[in-house]
Amino acid sequence: MVRKATAADAVRNRVNETMKPSPLRIHRPTTVDETLDLLAARGDTGKILAGGQSLVPVLNMRLAAPSDLFDITSVVGIDELEVSDADGSEEICVGASVTHRRVERSAEVTRTNPLLGEALRFVAHPAVRNRGTTVGSIAHADPNGEMPMVLALTGGRIEARSRRGERTLGAEELNIGPLETSLESDELITRAIFPALSAGSRTGFDELARRSGDYALAGVGMILDVDGETVTGLRCGFVSVTDVPDILDLGEAVSGARLSDASEVAATVAEAARDFIDPGGDIHASADYRRHLAGVIASRLFRRLCRSDGASGRGTAADSRGEDSPVVTTGDDTERRRA
Amino acid sequence: MTEDIDTEPTSNIRLAVNGTLYELEVPDRKLLSDVLRQDLELTGTHVGCEHGVCGACTVQLDGEPVRSCLMFAVTAQGHEITTVEGIGDDPENPSDVQQAFIDCHGLQCGFCTPGFVTTIDAYIDENPNPTAEEAREAVSGNLCRCTGYQNIVSAVCRAAELRAEGASQ
Amino acid sequence: MTTRLFGQKITRREDPRLLTGHGRYVDDVSGTAIAAAFVRSPHAHADILDIDVTGALDVTGVIAVWTHEDLPGQAAERLPMLIPHPSIVAPHTGYALAKDHVNFVGEPIVMVIAENRYIAEDAANRIEVEYSFREAVVGVEASREGTRIVHEGMEDNVAAHIVQDVGDVDAGLEGAPHVLELDLEFERSACMPMEGKGVVARWDPGEESLEVHSSTQTSTGLRAVLAAKLEIPLTRVEVITPDVGGAFGVKINHPWPEELAVACAARALETTVKWTEDRREHFISSAHERAQTQWVKVGFDDEGRILGLDVKFWHDNGAYLPYGVIVPLNTSTHIMGPYVIPTFRVEYWSLYTNTVMVTPYRGAGRAHAVFMMERTMDAIAAELGLDRTEVRLRNFVRDFPHPMGLRMQDGAEGCIDSGDFVTSMDKLKSIVGWDEFETYREQARSEGRRVGIGLACYIESTGAGPYEGGHIEVESSGRVNVWTGLTTHGQAHATVFAQIVADELGVPLETVHVKTGDTRKLPYSVGTWGSRGAVMAGNALHLTAKKVRQKALRIAGESLEADPEDLEIDEGMIQVKGDPSASMPLAAVSVLSNPLRYAFDESARAATQFAKDSAEDEPSIGPGEQPGLEEQEFFSPLRSTVANGMHAAIVETDPETADIRILRYCVVHDCGPMVNPLVVEGQVHGGVAQGVGGALYEKMAYDADGQLLNASFMDFLMPFASEVPHVETDHLETPSPLNPLGIKGAGEAGTIPAATAIASALEDAEGIPIRSMPLDPSTLWHMRTNHAAGELNRSR
Repeated sequence: MVRKATAADAVRNRVNETMKPSPLRIHRPTTVDETLDLLAARGDTGKILAGGQSLVPVLNMRLAAPSDLFDITSVVGIDELEVSDADGSEEICVGASVTHRRVERSAEVTRTNPLLGEALRFVAHPAVRNRGTTVGSIAHADPNGEMPMVLALTGGRIEARSRRGERTLGAEELNIGPLETSLESDELITRAIFPALSAGSRTGFDELARRSGDYALAGVGMILDVDGETVTGLRCGFVSVTDVPDILDLGEAVSGARLSDASEVAATVAEAARDFIDPGGDIHASADYRRHLAGVIASRLFRRLCRSDGASGRGTAADSRGEDSPVVTTGDDTERRRA
Repeated sequence: MTEDIDTEPTSNIRLAVNGTLYELEVPDRKLLSDVLRQDLELTGTHVGCEHGVCGACTVQLDGEPVRSCLMFAVTAQGHEITTVEGIGDDPENPSDVQQAFIDCHGLQCGFCTPGFVTTIDAYIDENPNPTAEEAREAVSGNLCRCTGYQNIVSAVCRAAELRAEGASQ
Repeated sequence: MTTRLFGQKITRREDPRLLTGHGRYVDDVSGTAIAAAFVRSPHAHADILDIDVTGALDVTGVIAVWTHEDLPGQAAERLPMLIPHPSIVAPHTGYALAKDHVNFVGEPIVMVIAENRYIAEDAANRIEVEYSFREAVVGVEASREGTRIVHEGMEDNVAAHIVQDVGDVDAGLEGAPHVLELDLEFERSACMPMEGKGVVARWDPGEESLEVHSSTQTSTGLRAVLAAKLEIPLTRVEVITPDVGGAFGVKINHPWPEELAVACAARALETTVKWTEDRREHFISSAHERAQTQWVKVGFDDEGRILGLDVKFWHDNGAYLPYGVIVPLNTSTHIMGPYVIPTFRVEYWSLYTNTVMVTPYRGAGRAHAVFMMERTMDAIAAELGLDRTEVRLRNFVRDFPHPMGLRMQDGAEGCIDSGDFVTSMDKLKSIVGWDEFETYREQARSEGRRVGIGLACYIESTGAGPYEGGHIEVESSGRVNVWTGLTTHGQAHATVFAQIVADELGVPLETVHVKTGDTRKLPYSVGTWGSRGAVMAGNALHLTAKKVRQKALRIAGESLEADPEDLEIDEGMIQVKGDPSASMPLAAVSVLSNPLRYAFDESARAATQFAKDSAEDEPSIGPGEQPGLEEQEFFSPLRSTVANGMHAAIVETDPETADIRILRYCVVHDCGPMVNPLVVEGQVHGGVAQGVGGALYEKMAYDADGQLLNASFMDFLMPFASEVPHVETDHLETPSPLNPLGIKGAGEAGTIPAATAIASALEDAEGIPIRSMPLDPSTLWHMRTNHAAGELNRSR
């Protein structure tokens, strides 16, 4: 698979390094119509700018040199974050200019789709989430990104508009390759829609990154359906180990298993995950290690979901073994317990 | 690809920084960090990487920490920007967060510090009573090469105390 | 009597300024100056066939484009070999702008000067350079093989080669009941200060003089080399080091190619020119450190006492050698550590590669030495089934001074002047709970967790000469101005030097104002490196303050009609001991010390010629006297003073993911009496964090073509707060006999043993020999697999 085109690629591909963007023109439309006009006229050489947290580093390094940027942060009508009722089932609508941080802080989001909020906390750091947008992440289609995976795993979709009309794309139609979507250059994603998770679903996300906020070496999202003490369904999505956010449906393999048999079933889940993914190696980790790691995370996540109701706070893969370290590693010496 | 280098697009913009509204003409491509430092001479905002990782250039945008190297000045219009000078620019009368850094020896070379100050200033409003562990997580998006972070973590907790004291007075 | 400030945890006087946006770093100077950008080589090894700058000249706002041909006179010659050493067999340095060849990715070839940096980069991108490619030499192994050669005219890639020995190591090894061999490796990392390098050069056409602001670690060194290279009198060049955003060694080399090129341009264009290094440039053209391949053979007795130690190592010095062999030399002279090694031999080869050059990074080669010695100590303990602390205790130096028998980086014979290693070890064991660890390990194991404990001991020669100076002036207001020539990049000099001066002068700390790194005031200095600031400038200022005090007491004695011996200074008042009624302010002495004709204020009136009683028959300024309460003094030590310390780490490794966490990190540190323990602790914390980076996160990943694959903060994994452990510290304060204040350097201490202590803990946790650092989860996981397959058990 191909890793994200970011700073690292400046090193690999560029001749003259820079840290200032090429000349460009910034447009600040205030309506969707105005935006679509701009895209129709100059979309082929321009780019949409929302939070800019992935795009601006690429511009600073001149890995891309668009003639125009269409800043959509002032566009009316795409800044809405709401839970709506569609045909009796709830869904979360995230407008194109809604920041990760707003989504992460929304109690309604947490209530209806806890996986989204849980995965968001692994997206870079708060200062980046304050500016970066969830729809922007989806449009960026980075295999290392958490949001495309969550959209796919929860069966979400996006709405795209252009002068030519409007269309709705499911995640599998949208994502056609690493950093590649099926969107045309004149199209604007106006919003992403994440369905509410069903009442019997348990969800979780975990990943291991080298440092907090880094791209995951491997990450796994999971939706476990349970009826009483029995597993009725299991879907897994992956970060950093597949080219596009393909979903592994283990419903047949695990349905009927008892929650109390989690440990045995977890081995099956890990094995299936390792077979399913296609990781690449780089300077941070080998492909074999990533494959192994994804299996471990999947196994632990599955066991965790079998234990509890799924919702959980941020942790590392190491933490998710469930035991607290008996040693406090931060804080004053006085707070410390002796090893 | 890079069309019209000779006629670089520029814009007349209005920037609200530290409570002052500035009107200026800037190239569209000029980063907010550079406009703050060069055009407004607010050199307290430092540039450490220009790819959004180090956090030295962090300013508050409507009270929320953001990387000023990942924003164009043109797109910062309509927002209230607060730099470290806006948090406190009087060495004789530092803000609570700034005082906490002094008390805890939270800086050495001082280059990354403005980014920490703006970050922590916003954070302790959000979490007025952080544990040491929460404090550490709160500053984990900013790089510092001098301090090993330990005293910065202490400064977060100290700043929260000072703010609480300030609020109760 | 005022409390002595030396030893107090005084908060820093520079902080309010730096915290409120009033710091003045080099890029803050002359914000509107025209800017330079550089075209750098994208190839590790090539000949330059042609440079076409036409495209750049078409860009509006471009002012000048320079290639090597445009450099004048001496500036076009090779950059200096700053520290010659007898071991250097093939000295190669680069040019300010590459001439005919490029030897690493990032080497500057063309300088573009434009109205601003954006435009300069536009223009740089339009310059086309035609190359003829050569094969790159990357890594120690390729360099050592010598089938490809970095520098034309050489038969191999050896820049320097040396053997130093103590006693007959062959006999020592021959007679030893046990012998072990270890093959070790240490990766590249880099200082990576948050502020890159930078220079602002201002040419004054009227004065024909150059004023340079640079983030250098040596303003005097840069001044001298710029004067020589520009062929102008030294008096026409001044260098000012403003606030510096961290350095850690990388800013000591001088001149950097850009500093020279920019200074040339400022003179040619008769204006101010600025270059601010961006992060990408810093990765590919500022210096790196650390890559070494090492071999150790040790002989020891049944008790674990070392009888002979034979070491060879191969040091990757990158493309050029402007800073000489300081890094490998430091490695070679620090291997013996705090131990008695009866017979010792070290042989090293410093090797050219087509990569960024290597100059000192915090620790400057000492971390490599600790890695060799301490991995060896652990191996001896494992071989004999002894506790790792016990083996060290049996080998510790116990009598001081302890001559080492080696010639150090300062040219002097190495000698451990003082220390108390046994007490240090006791303290370390107690803090970390060494003796109780097996209980903890068992408990952890029962929970399915894997933990390990490790340690590393080190010594560090600090406070190297040749000298530093101080200059103190007491104004008639009572304000005390203090200058020292070395530079400041986070070391709290404005606080700790003020403490030293205030103590000696008996004045309130607030009245003392310290300035550093400005050749306009104190042109004699060496620089800030090698944990020398406090030792060298601290003692120089202590001596200077003594001179000022003597003069003040003499003048006050005349005025108060008292023997200077009977006077004391307290809170800025000079008084007869035990009689506060007979007193005068130090400020008044300053007034009297400078006889005046003109009264400009009330206090000056007291110094004018008619204010005094009718003159006795002697001049206003006596023979050998100077006006003003102002003195200068220098400190020059016999040799470096040797600090020491011991670190212990407890790590946890995930049995499945091989993720590594540091649970605890403990430091016992002895740098002699601490001027300001707050500052020393801060230095230790920061040093440990860099050590942790070098142990688990940071490396310079070059591919075989010499491309640096991780030249960004996204992929060069400098630790965030979330990756750095809380550091628990304890101190010994064993004075040095080598300087008046008895102090030793502390700046590099935290970094030196950190990677090794963590390696020791990882080995303990995993039961797999750790012979190479850094270590990441992916590598550890593969090591486990290989170990399980029986492929990784040498030396154990």
